[in-house]
Amino acid sequence: MLLLFWSTVAFMQQADQHSGENQATTTEQSDENHEVETTVTTTHEEGIMPANAAHGETHAAGGHDEHAEFDPAATATHHIGDANVYTILEAVSIPLPTILYSKDAGLEMFMSSKFNADPHHHEDGKMAYQGYVMQTGNVKRVVDPGFPMDGEATIDGFSTKKEMVEGKEKIVDYVHYAGKEYKLDSRTTWDGGALGGGVTSFYDLSMTKNVVAMILVCILLFILFRKAANAYVTNAGKAPSGIQNFFEPLVEFIRDEAAIPFIGKEKYKKYFPFLLSVFFFILGLNLFGQIPFFGGVNATGNLSVTLVLALLVFILVNINGNKHYWQHIFWMPGVPIPVRILLAMIEIMSLFIKPLTLMLRLAGNISAGHIAIVSFIGLIFIFGQSGKSLLGSGVGTLISVPLTMFMMSLELIVAFIQAFVFTILTASYIGAATEEHHHEEAHH
Amino acid sequence: MMFTLFSVFQPSPGLAIWSLVIFLLFWFLVGKFAFKPISKALEQRKNDIQHALDSAKLAREEVRDMKSANDKLLAEAREERTKILQEAKDLKNQIVAEAREKAKEEASKIINNAKQEIDNQVKASVAQAKSQLGGMAVEIAEKLIKKELKGNSEHDAYVKSLVDDLNLN
Repeated sequence: MLLLFWSTVAFMQQADQHSGENQATTTEQSDENHEVETTVTTTHEEGIMPANAAHGETHAAGGHDEHAEFDPAATATHHIGDANVYTILEAVSIPLPTILYSKDAGLEMFMSSKFNADPHHHEDGKMAYQGYVMQTGNVKRVVDPGFPMDGEATIDGFSTKKEMVEGKEKIVDYVHYAGKEYKLDSRTTWDGGALGGGVTSFYDLSMTKNVVAMILVCILLFILFRKAANAYVTNAGKAPSGIQNFFEPLVEFIRDEAAIPFIGKEKYKKYFPFLLSVFFFILGLNLFGQIPFFGGVNATGNLSVTLVLALLVFILVNINGNKHYWQHIFWMPGVPIPVRILLAMIEIMSLFIKPLTLMLRLAGNISAGHIAIVSFIGLIFIFGQSGKSLLGSGVGTLISVPLTMFMMSLELIVAFIQAFVFTILTASYIGAATEEHHHEEAHH
Repeated sequence: MMFTLFSVFQPSPGLAIWSLVIFLLFWFLVGKFAFKPISKALEQRKNDIQHALDSAKLAREEVRDMKSANDKLLAEAREERTKILQEAKDLKNQIVAEAREKAKEEASKIINNAKQEIDNQVKASVAQAKSQLGGMAVEIAEKLIKKELKGNSEHDAYVKSLVDDLNLN
């Protein structure tokens, strides 16, 4: 057990290092890009939409030809982010149900195909619907007056600017319509402005790419588990076979390495379904995200998803915390009073830090892996100068393929390790909260 | 561009609500319809295996016990056999000794009887011989005396007393 945990930690550090380096390089590059060009304008290619032809000229002045400059940071960001459309291999675009709520316009429900997003072009929509548009796969809302807020409208493109808002530098997106620029609002987020988001004019409650992936993975897991469970009934008294052989070692591993050692031989049964659900939910989504060309779903790398998981852990741990647990938090027995006050402060902080680290660790590790892989693949475009140099592309491919393969195999391990780490830590928190202190006196 | 990178990490209410709903449903359904029967089956199998191991151990112990009992029985039988043999031997020796004793006794008895008989016979024959010898001696003496002292009664009495003296011997 200890050995495993040690290797886990080692791997995590390794992965963190890798991702840290990658993140550092990508952001550096992006910063450089920004100094050169503060405004990034994207327009639809001319000819695809005849209606755009008239407006095309104005935006073509932005200096964008077919070979748009490759921006690794933007690509990575786009890749690990959520989207309101499911794009496979930049070719197939599957529309998803979009559910939007704003105070002034109320609830809107429609398919994201209304935006007519172009899978080849960063999933930018060509149409606006009910005052909403799609930029890089995400729904945004027009806030400037004068834009048609009812029905469809053909739009000409987007631009992104750095602006000073209330003394802070902020990224603001604009949509181009009928020769004018209209300011856009991103969806409401729960970071309180710390990560550049905050409460805006609308809520995006859509079934996004991640939601669809979660549903798919859950259905798949449920079917497989049902099959395994049935096999235990029909195959009772016989050696396990087929799907049982896949799940059984994992289930027993979680039971013998996480549940029983931390929670206890009898008490673990109450929490075992939760631990298994968490483990397989995370593992399933981690692995689903690893399937190449299949949308690159990054659900477990998304803070919203890990936030929910960590929140459930937090609730589960604290509603099951016994007297000793709370006593140890608020009034540690056997130490002087000043120390008790200090310990109480630390313990209360750790109460929240524990689930917070759960949330950040999982999202960070999985996103880091995705960023690393995208960055390595991005080497092809960087060396090939975004398609201008065939030789460069060749060299880039030679470097990129082994690196990507290495990273993918590492990510395969990380997928298991992160799922296991989340589960084992959950088990340890539950174990700490429900532990019976029989030898109190001997303890202190 | 840092902000755009961070933008994907902004927790969005929509995704959070969806993942909460999906995960809770997953937890409920899988927990109820899959993990419960699987855990039960695994537990049962664990118990079965433990039970099988236990009973195998028990059987092994039983066999061992039986074997030791057999050995004990065999040893006892062997002991019994030697004991019986010993007894038989003793009995035989005893019988032989007794027989020998009896034979000796019988023989001595027979010999005694024979001795007594012989004594009696000897006594009888001695008496007979004495009387015959007396008669003969008297005859001889008679003849002698007749020749020398023709009919002397003093002599007869004297001879008679001599014969009686002989008889006392």
